[in-house]
Amino acid sequence: MINLVHNELIKLVRKKRLYVVIAILAVLVCLFTYAQMKQVESMQERLGTLDWRTELQQEITNTQNRLNSSGISDEWRGYLQIQVSQQEYYLEQDINPSAPGAPTFMRVFIENAIDLVLPLLVVVVVADLVSSESSAGTIKMLLTRPVKRWRILLSKFLTMVFSVSFIVLSMGVLSYVISGAVFGYSGWSLPILTGFAVEGEELVTTNVRLIEQWEYILMELGLSWFVGITVGAITLMLSVLMRSTAAVMGVMLAALISGAILSNMVSSWETAKYFFMVNLRVTNYISGMGAPIEGMTLGFSLMVLTVWGLVALLVAFITFTRKDVY
Amino acid sequence: MNSQPSTLVVKNLCKDIGKKNIIKNISFELKEGEVFGFLGPNGSGKTTTVRMLVGLIKPTSGEVYIYGHNLQQEFIQAIDHIGVIVENPELYPYLSGWENLEQFARMVPRIEQARLLEVVDLVGLQNRIHDTVKTYSLGMRQRLGIAQALLGNPKVLILDEPTNGLDPGGIREMREFIRTLAERDNISILVSSHLLSEIQLMCDRVAIISKGQIITVDSVEHLLAEKERVWWKLDPMSIGKTIVSEKMKIVAEHEDVLISHYDGESIANINEKLVHAGVNVHGIEIKLPTLEDLFIELTGGETID
Repeated sequence: MINLVHNELIKLVRKKRLYVVIAILAVLVCLFTYAQMKQVESMQERLGTLDWRTELQQEITNTQNRLNSSGISDEWRGYLQIQVSQQEYYLEQDINPSAPGAPTFMRVFIENAIDLVLPLLVVVVVADLVSSESSAGTIKMLLTRPVKRWRILLSKFLTMVFSVSFIVLSMGVLSYVISGAVFGYSGWSLPILTGFAVEGEELVTTNVRLIEQWEYILMELGLSWFVGITVGAITLMLSVLMRSTAAVMGVMLAALISGAILSNMVSSWETAKYFFMVNLRVTNYISGMGAPIEGMTLGFSLMVLTVWGLVALLVAFITFTRKDVY
Repeated sequence: MNSQPSTLVVKNLCKDIGKKNIIKNISFELKEGEVFGFLGPNGSGKTTTVRMLVGLIKPTSGEVYIYGHNLQQEFIQAIDHIGVIVENPELYPYLSGWENLEQFARMVPRIEQARLLEVVDLVGLQNRIHDTVKTYSLGMRQRLGIAQALLGNPKVLILDEPTNGLDPGGIREMREFIRTLAERDNISILVSSHLLSEIQLMCDRVAIISKGQIITVDSVEHLLAEKERVWWKLDPMSIGKTIVSEKMKIVAEHEDVLISHYDGESIANINEKLVHAGVNVHGIEIKLPTLEDLFIELTGGETID
C-alpha cells in the first residue's frame, strides 16, 4: 500500500497540480491582505482614530440603520440582528473581535474560504485522480497488475486525504506568513468568544466561553479539513464515474456555487438542509453566525457531511471494483 | 508443439452488452513457447476478448485459466503470470520512461532494480530512458510498452495490435523480437491483429475471429497448405473460364487472372482442352493462398483492411 501511495504522490507532484493550488492561494491571500490594509486605512481616515471600540460602535450603528430600512429581506435581517447582538456582546466584554495581526487575518480568511475557495482547490487536485487515468488509458496499466482493484482506489483515496491536508495546511501557513508581513505576526493568544447559540433570531450567550485565538484557529483548521475530505470524497466518486476531468470539475463547480447561493435563500425550504453544499460553512457554528436553515447545528452539519462522504466512497469503491474497462 | 503444456486456457467465453452478444462462446488454448495469432477485422471482438483475458472486462459466462488459476477467482495469482499491452501502450507522458517503469515495478514487490535495467536493455531504450515519455516517438513508446509488459517475467504475453503505427522497419524488428521471446524464453505470446501478413509471418497457430465468434483455429502452415490454388492467365478469358469451370471450382476472377481450386491432377487435361479451343495460355501457376484470401473465403467476404 505504501508503494501504491508513493506512486500516486509522484504522479500528483509531477502533474504540478499542487503548485497551481499553492499559487492560487498565495495570490488570493495577497489580494485579501491588500484589501484589508486599504480598509483599515480608509476606516482610520474616516473616524480619525485607531480605537477598535469606536470602530465597532460605528459598525453597529451602521447595521442598525440598515435594519431600520424597509427594503431588506427577512433572512438578511435575521442575520444582521445576530451580528449586531454579537458585536454588542464583544463590546460589553471589552474584547476586540478583529484585533490586527496575522492570526486574526488567518482566522477570518479560513472562515471565508471554507465554503467555496477551499472546496474548489480540493476539486482542482482531486478531480483528475481517477478520471485522468481513464481518459488517458493508463487505467489499463494499473488494473492488469497483480494488485486488487480496491487497493488501487484506496491508494487514490489516501492521496486525496494527503492532498486535502496539504491544502488546508498551506492555506494556514500562507495566510499567516503573507499577511504577517503587513499586519505583524503576533496575536496568537488574543481572546476569542465562542459558544454562541442562535434560537430564532435571538443570540443566546449562556454558553459563551473565552478561548485563545490559536485554539480557535485550530478548531477552524480541523473543520476545514473535515469539509475538504468530504468534498474530496464526493469528487473522487465523480472521478470514478466520469471519464472526463472537465465534466467532474463542472459538476462540482455547479454544486459548490449553487450551495453558496442556496444558503442565502433557502431558509424556508427546510429539506435543503440535507444537501452537502449548504452545510459547508461549519465554522459559522463556532463563531455563532447562525445557520442558513433553522434547526441546523454543528452536529447536524457534520453528520450530513459524513453521510455524504461515506455514501460517495461506497459508490466509488463498488463502481471501481466492478466496472468493465474499455 | 501440441505436447507442450497449456499456459492460457479459455473456455466458452461469452460477453453480452445489453441484449447484444458481443462475444459468442470463444474457446482456445495457448501452449508454452508458441506465438498464437488472433486475427479478425476491426470490430470483430478481438480487443474485447483480450480485455477479458486480463480482467479488465468481466465475462458474462465462461472461464479463463492461467497456469491453472481461474482469473475470476484467483485474480492475483493468475494475472501475475501475464504481461500485457492493450491497444496502444498508454504511459504517463509527464514521467520519464524510467519513472514509468518504476511505477509498475513498485506495484509488484518481487521486481528489483536490476530487472528494470534488464528490460530497458532488452528493448534497446538505454539512451532515451531518462527523457520524458512525451518526447518519445510511437515506436519508442511501443518498446517501452513491451518493457513494462516484460517487467514481471511473465509466462504469457498478450499483445493487442503490437505493430499499430510502426514503420516497416519497426514492424520487422517487433516481429523478430516476438519470435525470439517465444523461442528463447519459452513464453507463450498471443498477438491480436487485423493484419494478415503480420500473423502469417510470426505466428505458429492462428484463430480467425469474426463477429465475436472463432471461425477456425489451426496452425498457419496447415491452414495454408490445405488450400492451394491454381492461377490461370488466359486470353480470351471468357472461353477459358467456361472450360476451367467444367473441371474445377472457380474461386475468384480478376482482369487477367482466374483463380480456381486445385484438385491435384486435372491441370494437364484442362490445358489441352484450352489449347484446342484456341485459348492462349500465358501461365498456369499453383500458389499457396495468403491468409487474406483464406480469410475472405472463411468469413464470406467480410472486409478486412
